[in-house]
Order: sequence, then C-alpha cells, then structure tokens
Amino acid sequence: MSEIAAPSSQVIQPARSRPRVKSSTVLYYVVLVGLSLIVLVPILVMFMTSLKYQVDILSSTPEFIFTPTLTNYDTIFTQYNFSRYLWNSILVGLGATLLTLLSAGMAAYGLARMRFYGRGLMAQTTLIVRAVPPAVLAVPIFALWGLWGIDDGRVGLVLFYTALNLPFVIWLLIGFIKQIPVEMEEAAIVDGANPFQIFFLIMLPLMRGGIAVGAIFAFRIAWNEFILALILTDRFTRTLPVQTTLFLTEQGVEWGLVTAMGSILVIPPLIITFIAARQIIAGLTAGAVKG
Amino acid sequence: MLNALKKPRNYVAYVFMFPAMAVLILGLIIPLYNAVELSFYDWSMGTPWETREYLGFDAYVRMFNDEAVYQSVSVTLRYTFWVLVTEMVLGTALALLLEKPVRGAAVFRTIFILPLMVSPVAVGLIWRYLYDARIGLINYFLESIGEAIPFLQYLGFTRQLWLADPDMALTSIIITDIWQWTPFIFIIILAGLQNLPAEVTEAAIIDGANWYQLIFRVKLPMIRTIIMVTLLLRIIDVFRALEVIYTMTFGGPGLSTEVLSLHIYKTAFTAQQLGYASTIATLLMAIILVFTILALIYQNPLKETAEY
Repeated sequence: MSEIAAPSSQVIQPARSRPRVKSSTVLYYVVLVGLSLIVLVPILVMFMTSLKYQVDILSSTPEFIFTPTLTNYDTIFTQYNFSRYLWNSILVGLGATLLTLLSAGMAAYGLARMRFYGRGLMAQTTLIVRAVPPAVLAVPIFALWGLWGIDDGRVGLVLFYTALNLPFVIWLLIGFIKQIPVEMEEAAIVDGANPFQIFFLIMLPLMRGGIAVGAIFAFRIAWNEFILALILTDRFTRTLPVQTTLFLTEQGVEWGLVTAMGSILVIPPLIITFIAARQIIAGLTAGAVKG
Repeated sequence: MLNALKKPRNYVAYVFMFPAMAVLILGLIIPLYNAVELSFYDWSMGTPWETREYLGFDAYVRMFNDEAVYQSVSVTLRYTFWVLVTEMVLGTALALLLEKPVRGAAVFRTIFILPLMVSPVAVGLIWRYLYDARIGLINYFLESIGEAIPFLQYLGFTRQLWLADPDMALTSIIITDIWQWTPFIFIIILAGLQNLPAEVTEAAIIDGANWYQLIFRVKLPMIRTIIMVTLLLRIIDVFRALEVIYTMTFGGPGLSTEVLSLHIYKTAFTAQQLGYASTIATLLMAIILVFTILALIYQNPLKETAEY
C-alpha cells in the first residue's frame, strides 16, 4: 500500500513525444510553482501577521516588509495561559493516538486474520460509523456526559476521538496486515507462540508502516477537532482550537493574538507533514486506491 | 496450519476485538442510539431529563414544516454541489496535467497536502483574515489591480464585502473549501493514474489515440471506481464539516451560510433545543448513511480482490 505514495519514476515515454519534453517540462514547473504559491500564501500570511504589531496589522495597505515582533506570542503565553491549553491539546492528542493504535491494531488483526461469529457485522458497523458527523454526536454526548459523571472533559475527548478515529484506522491497518505473509504467523505457532505473543511480538513490528500512517491520522483528528472539544471542556480543560475561536469576536478581532494562536495550532501538523508526507499520501489514498 | 489460528479458540478473536468495540460502543453507538431516541422528544437544555416531552413522529412533522430547516438544506445542497463539482474537475484536471513524474515532484506533493493537515479552525481564521473587508489581502489586491487597469473595476475588481455580504458569503466559503480540499482529490486521482499499467496507455498511443481519446476513453474510465469512491468520501466529509464555517461566519449573515451540521449545533447550543436538534441530526445521519453505504458497495477492505 505504501507503494502508492512513491510511484515508480520510470513511466516510459513514447518516442513520439520526446522532442516536446523540454517545453512541457517548463510548463509543468510553472503550473506547480503557481499552485504551490496558492497553497502556501494564506498559511504564510498567518505566520507573518502573528509577527506584527497591531498597528501594522490594522494599516489598510498591508506591509510586506516590517519589523517582526514576538509580542503576540508573549501576550498569549503570559496573559492568557496559553501553555495550559497547549498542554491539554498535547495530552488529548497523544492519549487518543495511543488508544486508537492499540485498539485499532488488535481489531484489525482480528478482522483480517481470524474467522469468528459476528465478524461481518462488526466489520460493517465499524465502516458505517466512520461517517458519523461530530455535530450529530454533540447533543447526546453533551447529555450523556453529565450522566456518566466524569468531571474531566479531556477523558471524554480521548474516548470520543478514539471512537471517531477507529473505523478509518482499522480499515487502514487491515490493508497493511493483508500484505504480511501468513507464513510468519504459522512458523510462530509451530514454535508454540500464543496469539497475543504473535500479535505484540511479531505482527506489531511488521505493521509499523501502517502504525505510522494510522498515528498521523489519529493525531490529526485529535489535535484539530473543535466541536466536541467546545462542548466537553471548560476553562481548565480547553484545547487549542477552542481557545483560539474564543478570540474570534464579532467586532475588533485582535488579529495578532489570533494568528499567533493559529500558528502554534498549525506548526505540529506542518512539521509532521514535512517529515512524513509519504505516509500521509499513503493514508489518503488507502481508502480509495488499492495498490 | 492456518486453521490453528482461525478455527478452534474463538474467544481469542473476541479478546482482540474487545478494546475497539468497547470504545466504539461507548463513544459512537450509545450516543447515536441516544440521538435517535432524543429525536422523538422535546427537551430543552438546562431542564431535567425527566421533564422531556414525548412527541413521537410529531417531532419529524415539525421539522418538515420548518422553514429554517429547508433554508439550511438548500444552503447545504448548494454548498455541496459547487464544492464537489469544482474540486472534482479541478483536482482531476490537475492530476492529468501533472501526471508525468518530474524532478522535485515529492516536494510539490508535500506542499499540496499541507491544507489537508491544517486545523479547520486555523483555515477558518486565515481566510476570515484574508477576506476582511478593510484589512484583508484579497480586497487589497483586487483594488490595486482595479486601479492599475480601470476597465477591470466593472468586472468586480473593487473592494467587496465578502463574508459580510449575504450574496457573497457562501461563495467565499466555497472558495475556501476548494483551497483546502482540491489537493485531496488531486492526490488520490494522481495515485490512481500512476497506478495504471503503462502498457495500456502505450498501446492506445500506438493505436493512434489522440490526447482527448487517451483521457476520456482510456484513462478516466479505467479509474472510474477511484473517482466514484473519492466523490462519495468527499460528499460525506462535506456534510460532516462545520468548523470552517463556524469560524468564518457562524452561519451568517442571516442564514446564508448555515449548513445543516451548523444548524444542528446552533439549534442545540444557541437555541438550547436538544430534542429538536437531535431530530434534525437524525435527518442528516440518514442522508449521510445513504452515501456511506454506496461507498461501501464500491470499496470494502474485507473483500479479497483488489479492484480499480
């Protein structure tokens, strides 16, 4: 499945089109660079704005050359307790990712390699609940949460993000497990390993490619999700997206502070993208394209 | 030999399924069941659960007579239609155009997936800032171009209200979604095209197919399942999403950008009608379920054969 991400570069060019390669290659790069600018400029504008003084932001002619300042970042950390919300987001993100990977890995192994009563039903349910909108969950979760009597909204977020992630990650991991030859497991059984030893000692290490992809997507949902976080958290347990929207007031938005928060919010996903673009593309294409 | 793993100790399989199933039941199945149950009741936020009033199907009758729901469904359909048409056409065209692997392709692909990874809240705030009527970059460029070439001012190259204008707000949000999600279509269609066996296109070229025939008679038909699944996945996602719109307009001005999922949220947490919000939520779930089942028919990971 990961091969999808790195298509073989030797697409054989028919001889006829060879003379035109030069000019068309130039055209490719022009298009590619143009598209890249469309993608990058909005994000760069946010970073730049976060480094400006309010005076520079509010001038009606945008300043492209300005004296950068960290005052916005200083303000959100010293006056608005930003480190607490950052910490909440990290906790929820890591918690949901770990829980997703463990439970999804086991379930995917069960679904891919074992035959048992109810397997088909479980598989279908898992895939259908993939499409549940957070807005639909919001109401019952808001109502249930009071009944279940757990005070910390972050615990709820870990649970619900894991639930939202599971269908996709299970789906993804089944694809990876199917590529692992069964002979490995058969050999382990001959050597007397039990199913849990097989899963944790043999399969998990072999699945690490899929686990990496799953981790990125699980973390992405948990880090970025907003609506459920808005409902379940209070001023102590808020995550970054919730805290950021609180500053988007109807009138007189303090764009310096908002863009500084937005920048911190997007930096981890951007770093992950630059490190693991190949895995992300494999994950994106896994649902639709089968290698 | 494999039977040793598959057959006798059935309970082992259930142990493997247990953590995921427990989380799914607690985090999705029970809430979903509750949403459907609640959809038959009238229940307001802050009142005790016991004081809810059973409406039965009257709740649904109320919904189907609700002008605001129709308005919201109409916004959702217009939004979904334009977003999907533009993204599918643009994404597929770009994939066909940029199909040939060039040096540095990996760098460009990395750049293209950035909008997909960025938090919807961040996307919303970035574009709200860009659209700002007074300090936004978009108006600045429109005005500069309009001043340089006065003729273009008649074509709209002047300052616009964007998100504050009821007639333009939905278009503005559609543009934002196109910015964020066209790369998704592009990446998937590109992977599909690059997965096609090279022999087929070579054979078509040797047989004298022109570029039009090559694209519309050979390549696109061969990846039609991928196109279909991508389309269905996008439909489902468009119906689910509300964060970007929440951040940019909160459904306004008026109801001009209030898509169904945002309408559900506002019915529940602004109007505080939890029961009625669940009724509308059940409608949304039903719509999404249709597309999900279609997607599953096209692509089920448990099916043994790979197809495309």
